[in-house]
Amino acid sequence: MSDKPKNTEKAEPRRLSVFKTYKLYVGGKFPRSESGRVYEVTDPKGNWLANAPLSSRKDARDAVVAARKAFGAWSGATAYNRGQVLYRVAEMLEGRKEQFVHEVADAEGLSKPKATAQVDAAIDRWVWYAGWTDKIAQVVGGGNPVAGPFFNLSSPEPTGVVAVLAPQESSFLGLVSVIAPVIATGNTAVVIASERSPLPALSLGEVLATSDVPGGVVNVLSGRTAEIAAPLAAHQDVNAIDLAGADDVLAKELEIAAADNLKRVLRPQPVDNADGVDWFATPGIERMTAFLETKTVWHPTGSLGASGSSY
Amino acid sequence: MPIHAPASHALTDVTASDSTLRRFLHGLPGVDAVGLEARAASLGTRSIKTTAKAYAIDLAISMVDLTTLEGADTPGKVRALGAKAVRPDPTDRTTPSTAAVCVYPDMVAVAKEAVAGSDVKVASVATAFPAGRAALGVKLADVRDAVAAGADEVDMVIDRGAFLAGDYMKVYDEIVAVKEACGTSSRLKVIFETGELSTYDNIRRASWLGMLAGADFIKTSTGKVAVNATPANTLLMLEAVRDFRAQTGVQVGVKPAGGIRTSKDAVKFLVLVNETVGEDWLDNHWFRFGASSLLNDLLMQRQKLATGRYSGPDYVTVD
Repeated sequence: MSDKPKNTEKAEPRRLSVFKTYKLYVGGKFPRSESGRVYEVTDPKGNWLANAPLSSRKDARDAVVAARKAFGAWSGATAYNRGQVLYRVAEMLEGRKEQFVHEVADAEGLSKPKATAQVDAAIDRWVWYAGWTDKIAQVVGGGNPVAGPFFNLSSPEPTGVVAVLAPQESSFLGLVSVIAPVIATGNTAVVIASERSPLPALSLGEVLATSDVPGGVVNVLSGRTAEIAAPLAAHQDVNAIDLAGADDVLAKELEIAAADNLKRVLRPQPVDNADGVDWFATPGIERMTAFLETKTVWHPTGSLGASGSSY
Repeated sequence: MPIHAPASHALTDVTASDSTLRRFLHGLPGVDAVGLEARAASLGTRSIKTTAKAYAIDLAISMVDLTTLEGADTPGKVRALGAKAVRPDPTDRTTPSTAAVCVYPDMVAVAKEAVAGSDVKVASVATAFPAGRAALGVKLADVRDAVAAGADEVDMVIDRGAFLAGDYMKVYDEIVAVKEACGTSSRLKVIFETGELSTYDNIRRASWLGMLAGADFIKTSTGKVAVNATPANTLLMLEAVRDFRAQTGVQVGVKPAGGIRTSKDAVKFLVLVNETVGEDWLDNHWFRFGASSLLNDLLMQRQKLATGRYSGPDYVTVD
């Protein structure tokens, strides 16, 4: 190295930069894209931030396999346990807040206080959904009054593997707001990160990997949303799709493809102001109920009273 | 005295006595393990796409020995398996049948009935499968039972204990005796349980031993141990059948079994076959896959090629 440090008073050796290689998060592991492709991620001003994997449809397929494999254990875990795991995610995020504030500020061109507000809200959102895991069944399920000698009980059950198109603008708060409700109820998710700012999503994978979320429950892909979403929407082993990050044209295309195996489809939230969707607002339970199936059980009550049968 | 029956070929002298057999098997060239694994791995990198892939998938389906070898096998399960073997994908009649169903001897009759009227064969494991630890008389009775019940093919296990102890003649005589019990109607597959043979040299010796004794097929494993069929040990056996035909003119089939679960793996094995022994073996008379879950993956890949959409386990049977 010929260019020695010019400031001879501080003669510390210059360190080489250690850049982070952003990778996908699939099945609890951090693979590169099967295609070997990457694309440049820049901040809103066009400054290079990092290279992110440019996922192919085969990455999407692998992610679905991982999500399907994880579904049995995750949906079978007790709601209480899922709540603990989701709370653990919030704990781990709290510890790595600095990193996320930095990444969100870079990705969305926000000041530090604004980025901090986004990350705080995202952490609180995990806690909020963590509380819901064992309460949602009481709100949307329960005993039904029927005109017959039966107990009639409805209980909500997770629908299965959900493909999630994360919001394009809100790279972290929006992302958390669509992932948490999907997995809170026991679904597993294949998430396509924001195309322009995928870095917070890829880093979230690292948090999930270290916070008791079983591998495969959340799988994060980065790349061209339209390219990855098309095979997911047509995939026969995906049970639902959340179109939060799709524009009108893409959303329509995907909805048609999704109809083939009667996927549940959650359309993009209508936008009523210029700033786009307000992800700070308290979400309500719609994002959870969108991916629940209601199972109803009829059970004879035993004595039939007047008829005298003991059946 | 031992039986020493089949040996009408160029290698007749080899099986004349214990010492000639030992000298022959130990005189086989040693296996270059690094070279073998590198060759198998490099052939596994071939990219098989579009029409070639469609051909490979159909060929692989037609080579599957659809297998159920559980203590919990019921007649109902075997019937379901038979129905699936005959028509693997009921929604697509162009799907070929599998080669055979493979069951325990007591289920042969049920399986035979289930595949009646089709080309699907019934294979039965025998000879105290999977351990093979029984007296020869018991093993032979096991084989005769299976053959009497109508098994078209018999999958026997060799006595690994005797093989590893160096008692090659005992292993040889057993195979000859089982072959005789199979008669002319049933083809004999000889299972070496390569995962228990420890070395590639042993696998090469076992392959030659099996072929000298009259095996119609040589088969890697039972599927009941940790290491089953691998590309490397299958490549080694393919080289053995190639060399055996070159020396004797007798063609022997190969059946990797256990651990092959994805279409991608199956296609890699087909590449091995084509590149090692050529098209003569690319037929279910000469090459088989011993598998159960592989078929579902092949069917899902086939549906993907037909429709352009990825399929899922909801669209194939649970077995």
